[in-house]
Amino acid sequence: MGSEQQLEVIKSAKVLMVGAGGIGCELLKTLALSGFQDIHIIDMDTIEVSNLNRQFLFRQSHVGQSKAKVAREAVLRFRPNINITPYHANVKGPEFNVDFFKQFNVVLNGLDNLDARRHVNRLCLAADVPLVESGTTGFLGQVTVHVKGKTECYECQPKPTPKSYPVCTITSTPSKFVHCIVWAKDLLFAKLFGDKSQGNDLNVRSSDGASSSENAEDAFERRADEDVEQYGRRIYDHVFGYNIEMALGNEETWKNRNRPKPIYSCDVLPENLSYQNGTLEKDCPNGDSSLVSAMASLGLKNPQDIWSLLENTRIFLEALKLFFVKREKDIGNLIFDKDDQLAVEIVTAAANIRAASFGIPLHSLFEAKGIAGNIVHAVATTNAIIAGLIVIEAIKVLHGDTNRYRMTYCVEHPARKMLLMPVEPFEPNKACYVCSETPLTLEVNTSRSKLRDIVEKIVKNKLGMNLPLIMHGSALLYEVGDDLEEVEVANYEANLEKVLAELPSPVTGGTVLTVEDLQQEFTCSINIKHREEFDEEKEPDGMLLSGWTQPPTTEKDNDPTLANKESTSSAAQTAVVEVDEVEIVLPSVRVDIGGAKRKLSDISSAATSAATGVVDATHSSRKPEEIEDDDNDVVVMIDGGNLGANKKKRVQ
Amino acid sequence: MDNEELTEQETALYDRQIRVWGVDAQRRLSKSHILVSGMKGTVVEFCKNIVLAGVGSLTLMDDRMVTEDSLSANFLIPPVDDVFRGKSLAEVCCDALRDFNPMVQVSVQKGDLSSFDGDFYDKFSAVVVSCCSLATKRLINEKCRKRQKRIAFYTVDCRDSCGEIFVDLQNYTYAQKRLDETIECQLQYPSFEEAVAVRWSTLPRRLSKLYFAMRVIENFEEAEGRKAGETSIADLPRILKLKKELCEEQSLNESHIPDALLERLLIGTKEHPPVCAIIGGILGQEVIKAISGKGDPLKNFFFFDALDGKGIIEDIGSISTGN
Ligand SMILES: [Zn+2]
Repeated sequence: MGSEQQLEVIKSAKVLMVGAGGIGCELLKTLALSGFQDIHIIDMDTIEVSNLNRQFLFRQSHVGQSKAKVAREAVLRFRPNINITPYHANVKGPEFNVDFFKQFNVVLNGLDNLDARRHVNRLCLAADVPLVESGTTGFLGQVTVHVKGKTECYECQPKPTPKSYPVCTITSTPSKFVHCIVWAKDLLFAKLFGDKSQGNDLNVRSSDGASSSENAEDAFERRADEDVEQYGRRIYDHVFGYNIEMALGNEETWKNRNRPKPIYSCDVLPENLSYQNGTLEKDCPNGDSSLVSAMASLGLKNPQDIWSLLENTRIFLEALKLFFVKREKDIGNLIFDKDDQLAVEIVTAAANIRAASFGIPLHSLFEAKGIAGNIVHAVATTNAIIAGLIVIEAIKVLHGDTNRYRMTYCVEHPARKMLLMPVEPFEPNKACYVCSETPLTLEVNTSRSKLRDIVEKIVKNKLGMNLPLIMHGSALLYEVGDDLEEVEVANYEANLEKVLAELPSPVTGGTVLTVEDLQQEFTCSINIKHREEFDEEKEPDGMLLSGWTQPPTTEKDNDPTLANKESTSSAAQTAVVEVDEVEIVLPSVRVDIGGAKRKLSDISSAATSAATGVVDATHSSRKPEEIEDDDNDVVVMIDGGNLGANKKKRVQ
Repeated sequence: MDNEELTEQETALYDRQIRVWGVDAQRRLSKSHILVSGMKGTVVEFCKNIVLAGVGSLTLMDDRMVTEDSLSANFLIPPVDDVFRGKSLAEVCCDALRDFNPMVQVSVQKGDLSSFDGDFYDKFSAVVVSCCSLATKRLINEKCRKRQKRIAFYTVDCRDSCGEIFVDLQNYTYAQKRLDETIECQLQYPSFEEAVAVRWSTLPRRLSKLYFAMRVIENFEEAEGRKAGETSIADLPRILKLKKELCEEQSLNESHIPDALLERLLIGTKEHPPVCAIIGGILGQEVIKAISGKGDPLKNFFFFDALDGKGIIEDIGSISTGN
């Protein structure tokens, strides 16, 4: 293909970019320089300071503004004559329907979460528009091409699902720092400052009688005439002292575990010393509550330092006090936000005090913030490289150059001398529930689980549906939408609370449910299988969906590098889901450099077992004698880490 | 290493990358000084990357006047005549790069790279040269190697949709991390001269063909007294003739340097922005690794060809592999 002809194809192409973040900024720049003239870009986010080290189209003065809009203006400065259409909106919004997607020649993803990626995948399949997908973590990255009927879709291979922890590990028997973080963030922080009407397991203890649980409820309310310092100490003693004391009463729990140590505030920080705590002005002078910081008022500067138990205690009490004195209006509707300094401080301190109680090593605020906020490691260079690779694939797609499509891995440790490793794309997986019509199987206790459990835990969480509709034969069990009659809404609401076997059209073993998302134009069938018991630890959902992700079958391999790399980075041992930058799912792939086709069966789904947020590539170059031997396959195994989901609601 | 802490502003700005390479590495970066020469698309990408990463200073050299052509893969310069009229490439790039990160000092050095004394280079932790002749590459590399302190040296060149990076870290020691263990690792790099003078017949059979093709064109430019990149498809017959001669001289089968590849490299005189982004990204990563001491540095050539999509590392001219 001549370069003139190539340029014509590029000039006349209409492309949709989803995401104007780390990859998005680089991508928009490279598309514009490459001659693309009609680019649409969707991003719901606004610019934050921590974006500026890599999202180079943004400046300090843009903080708070729409990424899509600022990116457009920045690119028009060096390419004023092209068309860039920005949308400051959620790609899952109703305006971005199949017809919207149909106007584009190719869709390019630079997204940061699994949920949105799956949504775009389905719309691209429904609209029959090719998709180039991408992701980066640290020095690792990946670009894949998804063309309906020709290559696998984004969901053909199982994606690691968001890691969840058994409730009792969080409430009673933490063994890792991440458990303490989850407790501090999802239970304690939510209890103290979040929506009071939400259920909360903070006081769940197996041996606890109902009456003491009642008392515990009251413990979190600040009494009318209670001094804020007194209140802080009472909360402290309740959650780190009394609750641990109560838990210790359950001997069964501690038979094979180390017994935790109750911690009371007066032992760590005697009352008469507490006035060394920060000086407090009653008013917020600039009215900017985001600047309130317990670290600042206690004179602690370095977020990399690991605080002592005393320092954590002072931070906890100070932060609690600051919330009540300076941010009282926020209390009752706060959701943990990694960019909220005071929230990060109190969560760090609380997690550390709990860790101290359970004999778990303490962590710095910097590390705790990374775990609590599921912050993905991100650098500019990887994003630039990945964006370059996306454009190369996009140009092939526009030319319909099917045989030359590649998925490319950018690895940290070269495998066979290769830093950038192209692999032929896989064919569509015939068992994929998204792009083929293979039914799924759901094992569930039909006389105990409610329809709500299926809707929330399976249809929304696992199948990634946005506006689901559930049918049993021709009977509608559940539906959402703006155009429903009131009576229908009430009907569906009532159904949600019903046990499956007691629905108007009972769902029991052998039932086939049809689940549909009208926006995604996506339907699948679920075969219901009744099962009595579920393992609380291994199957906390109380349900088991199969047919969409095979249970992880980690390859038995002598290569020690294939082992799970839990210890790679302590700051990243999180697996809970929200990520700042990009979620990356790199399956383990056999790469045949000789060019023979790889079979789908060669893929190990080991990636799903990775519980770490670290992505690492193993390599064979440590055996240099193998390097020149092109006849052996190299197994490149990249553990997929962070999965996005639950994109947090942003407070505007 | 002194214990100067990063400022609050730095910690906030660099949060995400500190999570990749740590505070110590960030501190070392902020004390490093980089010199680049030849402001083409790939180098511009590289500059963006290291300015964002937060190096201490960046010095730009390129006295060529800005032309329409020099803007094809440059996102720093608005295509407005009165912005760049009468200014050198280095000058206009400097203004824009400053804007990317106010914590990095970006400046312009005028003059001819090869005219500076050895001690000029003492200011720098890394030197990156592009768009310059074989003789200049040799010369600068030798000057860097003669200094007391170690100065990392890189060359980078793109032709058509291909790119080449050469790295010389001289004697380089770093902590190699493998799963749980950390091993002290020492690498001995050959000079540029040594790396391009290896007898071709002694090189591994499957060496990247780009290595040979780039050497043929480089030699042609030197023999003809051309400036770097000053070749076109019109030179093809004579370049093919030179290839034949070189292959005979070096006892290399001519099939290792396909005519079609040479033809591609000569026809494609326009820069390919995606390739600039990829090569500039890899180069940025390598310079960051070398300065921070974090991660395995590349030794000593990197080749990328968008046609097959492979990004390959070759170790050429090292004592151990030089045969
Ligand atoms: Zn599929």
